[in-house]
Amino acid sequence: MNKAAKLGHNFTGAQMSPEDTRKMVEYVGERPADVPGDASTLAHAREQMNREEGDVGSVPIPGSVKGMLKSTFDKILGNDPELLIDKLGERLAFERTGVRLYEALIAKAGACETGAELIPTLRQIRDDEEAHMFLLVDALESLGADPTAQTPCADLAGVVGSGALKVITDPRTNLAQALNAMLTIELTDNAAWELLIKLADDGGHANIGSSFTHALTEEQRHLNTIRSLLARELGVSGH
Amino acid sequence: MHGLSGILDNQGTPLEKQQFTWKEMASRPMSKLDDDAFTRVRIILMNGVEADALRVKHMLARFDKRLQLPLAQIRRVEQHQCTAVNWLLSADHSPLETTIAYEQVAIEVTAAVAQNEPDPYQAQTYRFGLLEDFDHLYRYAAMLDRLEGKDANNILQGYTDLVPGRKTSEHHRAPESDLRENYDKNDADLITKIHAALITGAEYQTHDYYMNIGPTFTDPVARMLYAEIASVEEQHVTQYGSLMDPAESLMEKWLVHEAMEVYAYASCAEQEENPRIKALWERFLDYELGHLNMACDIFKQIDRRDPAEVLGGTLPSMIQFKSQRDFVRKVLAEETDLRTSGSAYVPKEQESPLSLEYRRHINSEGIASDIVSAGYDWAPGTELNRKTP
Repeated sequence: MNKAAKLGHNFTGAQMSPEDTRKMVEYVGERPADVPGDASTLAHAREQMNREEGDVGSVPIPGSVKGMLKSTFDKILGNDPELLIDKLGERLAFERTGVRLYEALIAKAGACETGAELIPTLRQIRDDEEAHMFLLVDALESLGADPTAQTPCADLAGVVGSGALKVITDPRTNLAQALNAMLTIELTDNAAWELLIKLADDGGHANIGSSFTHALTEEQRHLNTIRSLLARELGVSGH
Repeated sequence: MHGLSGILDNQGTPLEKQQFTWKEMASRPMSKLDDDAFTRVRIILMNGVEADALRVKHMLARFDKRLQLPLAQIRRVEQHQCTAVNWLLSADHSPLETTIAYEQVAIEVTAAVAQNEPDPYQAQTYRFGLLEDFDHLYRYAAMLDRLEGKDANNILQGYTDLVPGRKTSEHHRAPESDLRENYDKNDADLITKIHAALITGAEYQTHDYYMNIGPTFTDPVARMLYAEIASVEEQHVTQYGSLMDPAESLMEKWLVHEAMEVYAYASCAEQEENPRIKALWERFLDYELGHLNMACDIFKQIDRRDPAEVLGGTLPSMIQFKSQRDFVRKVLAEETDLRTSGSAYVPKEQESPLSLEYRRHINSEGIASDIVSAGYDWAPGTELNRKTP
């Protein structure tokens, strides 16, 4: 499989049909916008609706504290535990999707001339992501939270990741294009683990924070690996 | 000029030989970047035709036990034709980009139909509708630019203009003024019947598409824009659907629909430049000939009539899949201010008061099509690419 982008009949640009473009631009001059204003009208409407709308959803109440007052709940589970549960849920969802993304990437590598030798490395990362997932399951359970629930941030992590997922699973994309999508994922993942550790520490859960430091080190390694694999695929010198 | 009878001499592919595999149905899609925009126009149009074929045949089956088995057999094939066609759209189209393409279909195909249509009232209806889809394209192009930062012309490829038409906020009419006069099945040309079936099917799929993807947007104005334009598409289905003669029997409607499918695939096969997709159009033309012949046989058995009574007459040339820029600009210049009062086309000042009243309320809490397009003048590479002097 060699899917390196090559020169061809890409029809999308205005320069492909200069005469049509000229006619279109002239016609815009003849029939300009019929509603006064500019893009700020859209921004105002968005602002208004941001004020009016509710939220994405709630963080489920941990089984261990059901029926307790919020103040008691905070006392047992530390400062603002719902935020920590939400973000642990997000990381869990992200790592679980990460396992699937690497499985798709391994399939793509297997189909590429240059990809087969990468498979052991990619498989190792896939297994790391799975181990991280269980680390998060344990952390959530230690707080009495349900690791099978989809928290608001977990839900949004799915929305954010959906573009990368489409690029990596598309059989028409090449390895460099898929690695580029994976780089976005790994960059986010790194920053998110760092934040999560701080959040656990600040919430009085140093034990959870310290259980994550090894995962952060591994994620930093994943990021460097993906970055250098991408550079290699693109033929960037020094790789 | 030639009649359908010439086409009918070809028996097409027998139904039992019309087979698929899953892999075939979900085979390689078109290229968003490297295929001509009219390849995508044909794909979207034919998906609309096939979806309507299923819809119409389900309705027919509810009314006649004798037709249920043959219709179920044909529907099995049409379901898979529909899949093979719709799956040709590549996944790198965002839903909003696909929307741009849907409106390009509505404009270019309806404009081609309007020029081919011999009945002046029916032709007027197509011109009336196309000015509205033309305006939808402009509003959606503004949305694509201001939401995703993309140029609608990457999809349109220079074939279709991007300026305001009849304002979308004024498309919202009372139902009384969406209904049109129908053709008379005994006097109408075959092409008139085919056009009504074709454009109704195309508008139906546009409506259904917007209803499916509208709620998948998070942007509140995009959600409202899809709600607004989906409502107009439903009006268009009402409008175009009412062009058909309600006195046609179920069997007659079936024959017309099959003839329309044959005509549409023949048009696609004639003009397609992508060889792989051209082969698909040719294959499905043969499948449709099989369906049409089967419908004619059943018509003869049940109604004991000659199908030529329904499908007689000549056909003008095939649907012209090409930029209709000059025609659309002429219609824009002459007919943008046209409105309706009941089934009559009237000047703006004489629009039905029922429509004005309906609009007053439905537009009273904000109009997405206005919000998104405030001051929007298209420029190559998006409005952000306009170099200020």
